[in-house]
Amino acid sequence: MSKRNVSVNVEYLTRVEGHGNIVVDVKEGKLETCQLQIVESPRFFEGMIKGRSIFEAQHITCRICGICSCGHTLASIQAAEDAIGFKPSKQTTELRKFLLHMENLDSHILHIYLLVAPDLLGVKSFVPLIDTHNNVVRRALRMKKAANDVCDILVGRHVHPISSIVGGFTKLPKEKDLDAMLQILYDMRADMAATVELAATLKFPQFERDTEFVGLVSDDAEYPMLIGDIGSTDGKRLNKKDYRQATNEFIVPHSSAKHAKWNRDSYMVGALARVNLNANKLHPKAKDLAAQLGVKPKIINPYLNTVAQLIECVHSLEDSIRILEEFKKNGVNQEEAVLVGLNEQNRIKVKPGRGIGAVEVPRGILFHDYDVNEKGIIEKANCIIPTSQNVNSIEHDMKKLVPEILDKTDEEITLMLEMLVRAYDPCISCSAHFLDVKFVGR
Amino acid sequence: MAKPKVGFFDFACCEGCQLQVANLGEMLLDVLGAIDVVEFREVMSEKGPEKLDVAIIEGSITDKHAIERIKKIRERAGVLIAYGACACIGGVNGMKNNFKLEDIRKEVYGDRFKYFDSVETKAVHQVVKVDYFINGCPVYIPEFVAVLKCALQGIPYEVPDRAVCVECKLNENVCMYQKGVTCMGPITKAGCNSWCINNNNICYGCRGMVSNPNEKGAKDIIEKYKVPMDLIVNKMNMYNKCREIDKREQKKR
Repeated sequence: MSKRNVSVNVEYLTRVEGHGNIVVDVKEGKLETCQLQIVESPRFFEGMIKGRSIFEAQHITCRICGICSCGHTLASIQAAEDAIGFKPSKQTTELRKFLLHMENLDSHILHIYLLVAPDLLGVKSFVPLIDTHNNVVRRALRMKKAANDVCDILVGRHVHPISSIVGGFTKLPKEKDLDAMLQILYDMRADMAATVELAATLKFPQFERDTEFVGLVSDDAEYPMLIGDIGSTDGKRLNKKDYRQATNEFIVPHSSAKHAKWNRDSYMVGALARVNLNANKLHPKAKDLAAQLGVKPKIINPYLNTVAQLIECVHSLEDSIRILEEFKKNGVNQEEAVLVGLNEQNRIKVKPGRGIGAVEVPRGILFHDYDVNEKGIIEKANCIIPTSQNVNSIEHDMKKLVPEILDKTDEEITLMLEMLVRAYDPCISCSAHFLDVKFVGR
Repeated sequence: MAKPKVGFFDFACCEGCQLQVANLGEMLLDVLGAIDVVEFREVMSEKGPEKLDVAIIEGSITDKHAIERIKKIRERAGVLIAYGACACIGGVNGMKNNFKLEDIRKEVYGDRFKYFDSVETKAVHQVVKVDYFINGCPVYIPEFVAVLKCALQGIPYEVPDRAVCVECKLNENVCMYQKGVTCMGPITKAGCNSWCINNNNICYGCRGMVSNPNEKGAKDIIEKYKVPMDLIVNKMNMYNKCREIDKREQKKR
């Protein structure tokens, strides 16, 4: 190994959601510092929703993140319904799964095309690609808009959905809405095929680190996104109510970002974890793509999270079409529409209790945990965000990666580290409760 | 003529309003044809020049570092646009001000709370001068385009100062109060085309309060429908808590 010095200090890492810094310090070939610092301003969501009704919690907590707004909505609703013992109908559950698919698709497309592709094509952002790869940029924007347009019809909008609340939906799709959404998704198939073709040509860095992958698991044949137990590639399984036994958040002296670990030093959540856990349950077309790309679990190269996202895009698109076609056949029962309101008319019975939401959102498993009193008012809240679970894994990856690439230039090392962090698709503004740079350099 | 240089800057927020721009789809390329985006951390690695024609600010000001950063951006920018509820009125970040700062910091970060710098949440205009406001949580894209056109031509844009109810009536929605549900529409600024009520939800007040609300009308409604006062106050403090800072400043003058 070379005895060189390397100092990487990327302040305000770009093309990620939220604010983070990468700091690496190598002295005479020895790795002394290796950190992903989280410098996002704290926003105190868990404190802010104290004293709020569970019927308005989702409206507030979905604003933790603009990209995973629907995921936070659904995790929040699940926690609220769990706390008061409300069981959603089959129709509501199917529509919620469909909503998760649309968000997964929207978020993955944004990540693959606008945030990752520029690195692989050797440019600083998608802006130069407007001139050099105009068709590619147009396709990306078209696909993103398509997912967004479906959300507009289904829940009013994608960023902070309107009609998805505790109890169900305030507005349900009519026949013409089903037709419109189906048409958009049928039309998207051609762009998806072109995306797959493009992705097959991209070259990802070679790097492997065997670790634990964590996500929802279930006993039925469905690829679990909305409902399931917490599972691990190390064979462990927990009921969602015991999520703290899986996340084990701990504080490390060099960084104030809370870290998570379960059966090993760290674990990874997100598309790659889901594919590693549940590849056999993917839609047949997504399975075909996985085979074509040579993706065979367990994949231990974190850069391939982007490939797993692509496989999930195909899955989400095809499974959404399946759900909509079912609704076309059986119809949507409009009588299930719920009336909004702070439970002002006691339409849904409230009781004191604790509820947990565990939902797969684009970046991995998300937990919302509320203690509510007899009036349905939140007394304590806890949210554990996928990115806060992944920060520890990213740091362990960096610690293994840096010594392996010391023969490269500083610029190349920096780029590989930036690409590594981006591969996780971190969503740092989600960091409702982990942060700060003040410990760093103490 | 050279295209105006535009930078996007994010402070404490969910970055959903930036995402709304990406949701323009291919129309985004038309917008990008009229401006030169020189800095936009979420989607670009490039850093912009010292002087900017337009700075678009997303998020609220919630810590000391942010106060310094926004002041520097103001110095660089010819025109400064507050973009989205967090920037325009403090938005949901303002809910922090419903609590004693020390209490809420302890609630979330336990005994290590002192390591996490945080000050009273402020809207951008409560720290530096703002030239244009694009309200909403998230922003309503047709309004974003309208404001951008005005800003680029150097003409003023007036945020509608009438109640959401005006647009809601035009959309022929049944009034939420008639359904027995409390709604913030009567005191909230229009301009969103009554987005939430069109989807059978209520108005939560994300665009800020009208400057001259019909107090008598509101009182009539509150009495007629027997709405508990604490419910209204709780709702007002969801997005609009930072208005108290404006009132405090007015009193000082």
